[in-house]
Amino acid sequence: MIAYARRTWIVLWKDLLVERRSKESLNALLFFALLLLFLFQFALGPDRERLHAALPGLLWLGFVLAGLLGLGRSFVAERDNDCWDGLRLTPGDKSAIYLGKLAANLVVMGAVEAVILVLFGLFYNMDLVSVAGPLGVVLALGTLGLATVGTLFAALTAGVRARELLFPVLLLPVQVPVLLATVSATQIVLAGQPLVDAAAWLRLLAGADLVYLVIGILTFEFVLDT
Amino acid sequence: MSARATRILGGLALLALAVGLAAGFGYAPREAVQGNVQRIMYIHVPAVLTAYLAFGLVLVGSIGALATGRAGWDRLAGAAAELGVLFTGVTIVSGSIWGKPTWGTWWTWDARLTSTAVLFLVYVGYLLLRAMVDEPERRARIAAVVGIVGAANIPIVHFSVKWWRALHQPSTILGPEPSPIAAPIAAALFVNWVAFTLLFLYLLLRRVELARLEDAWVPETRR
Amino acid sequence: MIEATGLRKSYGTTLVLDDVSLALPAGRCLALLGPNGAGKTTLLRILAGLVRPGAGRLRVGGVDALRDPDAVRAQVGMVAHGSFVYEDLTARENLRFWGVMGGLDASPAHLRERLQAVELEAVADERARTFSAGMKRRLGLARVTLGRVPLLLLDEPFTGLDRHGQKWLVEFLLAFKAAGGTVVLTTHSFGGGLAVADRVILLASGRVLLDRPTAGLALDELHRVYDAIVEGAGTP
Repeated sequence: MIAYARRTWIVLWKDLLVERRSKESLNALLFFALLLLFLFQFALGPDRERLHAALPGLLWLGFVLAGLLGLGRSFVAERDNDCWDGLRLTPGDKSAIYLGKLAANLVVMGAVEAVILVLFGLFYNMDLVSVAGPLGVVLALGTLGLATVGTLFAALTAGVRARELLFPVLLLPVQVPVLLATVSATQIVLAGQPLVDAAAWLRLLAGADLVYLVIGILTFEFVLDT
Repeated sequence: MSARATRILGGLALLALAVGLAAGFGYAPREAVQGNVQRIMYIHVPAVLTAYLAFGLVLVGSIGALATGRAGWDRLAGAAAELGVLFTGVTIVSGSIWGKPTWGTWWTWDARLTSTAVLFLVYVGYLLLRAMVDEPERRARIAAVVGIVGAANIPIVHFSVKWWRALHQPSTILGPEPSPIAAPIAAALFVNWVAFTLLFLYLLLRRVELARLEDAWVPETRR
Repeated sequence: MIEATGLRKSYGTTLVLDDVSLALPAGRCLALLGPNGAGKTTLLRILAGLVRPGAGRLRVGGVDALRDPDAVRAQVGMVAHGSFVYEDLTARENLRFWGVMGGLDASPAHLRERLQAVELEAVADERARTFSAGMKRRLGLARVTLGRVPLLLLDEPFTGLDRHGQKWLVEFLLAFKAAGGTVVLTTHSFGGGLAVADRVILLASGRVLLDRPTAGLALDELHRVYDAIVEGAGTP
């Protein structure tokens, strides 16, 4: 049990270290977020009302798009230098690797989302501070839904032809319910309503997150052996 | 299943389809409000039921492939997915054809059509993935995991779409579901459902056999 | 230690290994020679439990590789071309990662000692990206010796090593054998191979064309035999 936790931790440590050292990818993601902001504005036009009405959707669109880029690259480092084989040769329950990777992805995604939120707040003149708590809950559950499946599928497609195309093609349809739930819940929260009004959606999210997490844990060792 | 048994199944399926056609387009009464176009329900509903059966088999095949590592389970999963996508396509198209005269649009984001469309996308992605991996062992594993995620997601999709639709208050008549189901309609529906299921099983058996032959073919080995 | 019979492996329509059999007792070293594409790396990976053979039987350390590949992997320390190095981590960090992943002693003292043993102490805190291929391989050797593995599988370990490095590796492997370890290595360096190996197998086009002890085998004779056999077999 302790060994399992240590392995999870060391994978998290290693991934964050690599991420920090090769700063290009995090910086690029953040810059991408900034670009999205402009794109949304240009695509939807100057009508303030229209933009504000679409905000919950745009927010999650931004998260998903950034997630596609960030998550898709989760296992690229492993494919270099046969590190993938190295992981296969390590003893013990391989799901520790999945959890470690998931944790690292959550940290990175969290950072990107925080930046997107701040930018949204500034550019679109949204008051996010007053709803920070409830928004945080929705964000946490939604990001978990994205990252659990995203990490698993990233591993799955790591060595497959046309990975950059296959990864979004596989991930996006599966993410539909998470997207529906998070956008609806975000809408409720941004309108200033209490969190409990979104309870049904949050329960759905939590349930989905649990299902995805369990599947990831159970199937990861099979994915490694490919 | 032996070739002869498969052929008999095929014959039965054909027969059932014929009966179903007659039932749907002849025996069952003309619907009061929508007219004859409502008869397309006798294709639409059995198609979606068969699609769900197919995706259930994808789940079974996927779990079997991971648990036993034997190729037969993966062949089942792959074949069932292909047929599932086919029947889902039929569902969507028939739903669309039904919708045009009924609601005036080719597409509407009603709960069932949306769920079915998402299902379609998931399994088309699954088939694309299968096409990208050449080695059978690897393909079986990778596909199995996606198959399991896709199947586990079905109820989640169902609920999320349903609630989403409830939020956005469809002003259209809620769904082409005949409210008290008259006996002749139910009977015709049942016959068609049986026919579609028989057809599906027949096609599945043929497709699995074809996959088995493809895998067994050992080409001229190159060094 | 290793008993393999009739191993066969195909990738699609290409037959990579054809009826390969070998036996190696513990404490011995086997050198796999052969032209590129002969199947040496595939054979090594099968021995590691990373690849399932299409046919044949394999026992490693008494474990049936087909039934329990995980148990086989647990006995194996492998240094392959990639040498499992994360380019953005330092040597020390790489060692720490693999040490903890393997459930081994990854204390700073032990890591330092291992880095000293492979003469990488001086660059311990440099990023692996700056290392030469030989240095990465040495790092790999430090990694596999963090714990005690009974079987070392090395894919072309002499590549990228200068004379000093090669001498060092030979001494290292001889000491490993003396402590009871078993080694299988592939190499294009006949000199290095002969220096450590007790047995040599020549693989070409997936088939074993030569399998004999190295006792009494001189370097130029090996070259002659190799050229003759490989020419006769016809390289792919």
